[in-house]
Amino acid sequence: MNRSDLINAILSLLAPVLLVVAILRARKQPLWAEAFRRVRRNPVAMVAVVVLGLYTTVAVLDGIGWQVKGQINSQTLIDQAFAGVPSESTYSAPFAVRSSEVRPKPLVAPGRHVLGTDAIGADVLHRVLKGIRTAFIIGIGTLAITAPLAILLGLIAGYYGKTADDAIQYVYTVLSSIPDILLLIAIILVMGKGLLAMCVALGVTSWVGLCRLVRGETLRHRDREYVRAAKALGASPLSIMTRHILPNLLPVVIISLTLSFSGIVLYESVLSYLGVGLQADMPSWGNMIDGARAELTRDPVVWWNIAAAAGALLILVLSLNFLADALRDAIDPRLRSS
Amino acid sequence: MIRYLVRRLLYAIPTLVGVLVLTFVIFFGIYSPEQLARQNIAVKNPTPKQINTWLKERGYDKPRKELFKEQFTHLAILDFGKSDRSKEDIWDRIRKGAGPSAEIAGMALITSLVVAMTFAMGLAYFRGTYLDRLGTLLTVLLLSVPYVVYVLGMQFLLGKLLKYGPIAGFERGFASWRFVFIPVLVGLIAGIGGSVRLYRTFLLEEMNQDYVRTARAKGVKEGGVLFKHVFKNAMIPVITTTVASLPVLILGSVIVESTFNIPGIGNYLVDAVNKQDFAIVRAMVYLGTLLTIVGFILTDVLYSVVDPRVRLE
Amino acid sequence: MSQPLLEVRDLHTFLSSPRGTARAVDGVNFTVDPGQIRAIVGESGCGKSMTALSIMQLLPEPAGYIDRGQILFEGRDLLDLTWSQMGDVRGNDIAMIFQEPMTSLNPTFTIGNQVRESAIVHGKSKAEAQELALDLLSRVGIENPGATLRQYPYELSGGMRQRVMISIALANRPKLLIADEPTTALDVTVQAQILRLMRDMQRDFGMAILLITHDLGVVAEMADVVSVMYAGQVVEESPVHELFREPKHPYTRDLLASLPSREARGKALRVIGGTVPPSTAWPKGCRYANRCQFCDQVPWETPPPNNDLGDGVRVRCHLFDPGRTDEGRTEKGVPA
Repeated sequence: MNRSDLINAILSLLAPVLLVVAILRARKQPLWAEAFRRVRRNPVAMVAVVVLGLYTTVAVLDGIGWQVKGQINSQTLIDQAFAGVPSESTYSAPFAVRSSEVRPKPLVAPGRHVLGTDAIGADVLHRVLKGIRTAFIIGIGTLAITAPLAILLGLIAGYYGKTADDAIQYVYTVLSSIPDILLLIAIILVMGKGLLAMCVALGVTSWVGLCRLVRGETLRHRDREYVRAAKALGASPLSIMTRHILPNLLPVVIISLTLSFSGIVLYESVLSYLGVGLQADMPSWGNMIDGARAELTRDPVVWWNIAAAAGALLILVLSLNFLADALRDAIDPRLRSS
Repeated sequence: MIRYLVRRLLYAIPTLVGVLVLTFVIFFGIYSPEQLARQNIAVKNPTPKQINTWLKERGYDKPRKELFKEQFTHLAILDFGKSDRSKEDIWDRIRKGAGPSAEIAGMALITSLVVAMTFAMGLAYFRGTYLDRLGTLLTVLLLSVPYVVYVLGMQFLLGKLLKYGPIAGFERGFASWRFVFIPVLVGLIAGIGGSVRLYRTFLLEEMNQDYVRTARAKGVKEGGVLFKHVFKNAMIPVITTTVASLPVLILGSVIVESTFNIPGIGNYLVDAVNKQDFAIVRAMVYLGTLLTIVGFILTDVLYSVVDPRVRLE
Repeated sequence: MSQPLLEVRDLHTFLSSPRGTARAVDGVNFTVDPGQIRAIVGESGCGKSMTALSIMQLLPEPAGYIDRGQILFEGRDLLDLTWSQMGDVRGNDIAMIFQEPMTSLNPTFTIGNQVRESAIVHGKSKAEAQELALDLLSRVGIENPGATLRQYPYELSGGMRQRVMISIALANRPKLLIADEPTTALDVTVQAQILRLMRDMQRDFGMAILLITHDLGVVAEMADVVSVMYAGQVVEESPVHELFREPKHPYTRDLLASLPSREARGKALRVIGGTVPPSTAWPKGCRYANRCQFCDQVPWETPPPNNDLGDGVRVRCHLFDPGRTDEGRTEKGVPA
């Protein structure tokens, strides 16, 4: 295992461990315990949680890899699972025995490609699974950078008010006046295609919503008795913001982050379609969907690429949306549907 | 009202200034003009002379401060200048493309409003029943599908499978409806999930208000309650969110136009992105922002018109 | 004896919530005769509003529902009617006014539109409705009815809005007016005006009123007969003078004793110790036992019987159980 593989593996394992620890600690608090109980009773939400768990597992497994004889790139656990399914030379339909061209040729691994193969013969299921990790990296990467910043600025703007608030509001008014897609295109165009540019661009466009939300909630809580009590007891502004107000904001923040995650993952497909996505060699659903433009007009038609990528994307986004809905219901019953 | 408008327009100016500064920072701050030139010139290793010529042609050879002033003043008065690549006048192209874009976006907006509101009212009428729950689930499903997939999928479905046509191209005047039909339909289906869900929330919020109880106590039947009382109040947030959804329209138009080959502004932008033509993208960013800000102001004005409680001063 | 206008029999109205089913109205009986004013008095949470809403079938959805009982209006059980038939009754035979004049009117329609709607929904033409609206507004004491009809709710004060609500309710000359805390949200001076208005209208129109309130002063001023509610049940029923002269149920007595009075000036206010039990889990026996000073004298673990003491007086209390053997009881059974 070389250095970059080791770093990948550690980071991949770290994320779920942190998540589990966070959840276990949250369970001790009555608000969260009640919320979890309500979510557990919601069958749709439980399915969503299971699905997200599966996706996370695949993403983690795809981060652990090492050098294998005969392959240039490190082979992750996912790659190794597909070692027994060799590539073809071109398109083939799911479970097909022959390739999908004007003059079909027999396949190397007939009937073994569950979701077919793509233009260069790579197994589509394999690509889709690798796309999960990409989506997660983009989503978590973007949010990991923007969320702390947005929350901090929101707290400052809401708590201190006046000039700090005016300044922060000015900044996000300017940013939100530019239509998201235009700003995204501009940033990625200038920085060049790639993961970093995409994360930066998505971060710049998505922090405004969270900041506004945190600011609004901070304003609501700022004048509540418990804050005044803390002030009277001599707590510093920083401690008030982080130890008193922030925990009360966490429920809405988490719901917002969940929805942001799904929005970011969706945006990636749009950006790839418009030509400002990831590099072509990175496994991403957006790239697969973009490729479908030509594939759907091909003869014979290749539909399984877009179907697989869109399907995987749909399931992820649906699960995130259902989970966010369930959390929202669990935390504030007034917002429950009818 | 006039005073309010003037005040809002004045407030918009610092925002626009901020946008202009930000645009400059993005386009000229991240990479220097020389690096831009290197990226854009077709030759692999351009000589300094070639770089200079490229910069000079576009006016990028000036020092930063002067460049900023120039960009600032030009953009501010909507003088977009010429495209980096093709030297055509940008404003000219925008004007030509505005027609098709506005036509598709406008029709998509109106049909979406009507159709989504109808479904939302249906769900509100049958609230709590299995129909409502099924409908709500459906809306979440619909809004979780990426826009792009809708566009490609519908194009495939209607064009290849069902052989409806045409699926690409455009013609001006009355004949345009043939070309506009499918893009508008796609836009409608893609956005309906989110809209119905939103409108349903507005309607249900109104249904929990006290005045609804009063209306029922008077003997108004359920239909009257929904279609008269709740509808009028719910239309306030509906209209205001529709008007404020301009940025979403821009996104939609970009995807739809590029897929269906509509010669509108969105297509122009996608073209520019593919050719890495910064001048056009800059112009679009500014124009888009301008429209968005105008949209915000319009929304507030509209709000005061439909809601008797709101009086702008 | 003529038939009562309204007869509520064994009404049970529940609210389903995540914490269980709240039995908000748990076996309530009362009648209202034509032209009579009955007050239902009790503290918050006792079920009086839910009782009123049950009659009109305007319970909060989806949680509220009528579990069992009968609501007889002019002999017809309202619970047998379809939603549409009930709509013909509402605003026509039975009208209701609510506690919150600020939010009870639709903010996007003019006053005129909303007053006329009352008449139009029940068959009058627009012209008739307009004339009726003008007449009603002036009757309820609004000075410039024509101008007011063109205004929007947000332009009126609370008192004026409540007057408008009353005129809406009276548009079709209902036989019964249900008033749910009509003056609670208003200033004291306006309160007096509205109450006086209601009495005048009742006299002019000859209608009955079911008045829901927590204010004993309002009861004293307006009511002919009173039902005192506690914990979802009627614990005492009495003509109004009798109630104030000689309250029987310990809760009624404690309630009256806790009113601030001139005689008790300078002394600490008397309060009723303890709290109401949760409506999701009413105690099996007497529901007032945990706060009652006489609880150790009676078998409070068993539900107290509803004793009919004659002359329209009923008390749900062990102390007044004629089958009970006890000493120290005065003439009407009130412990000394």
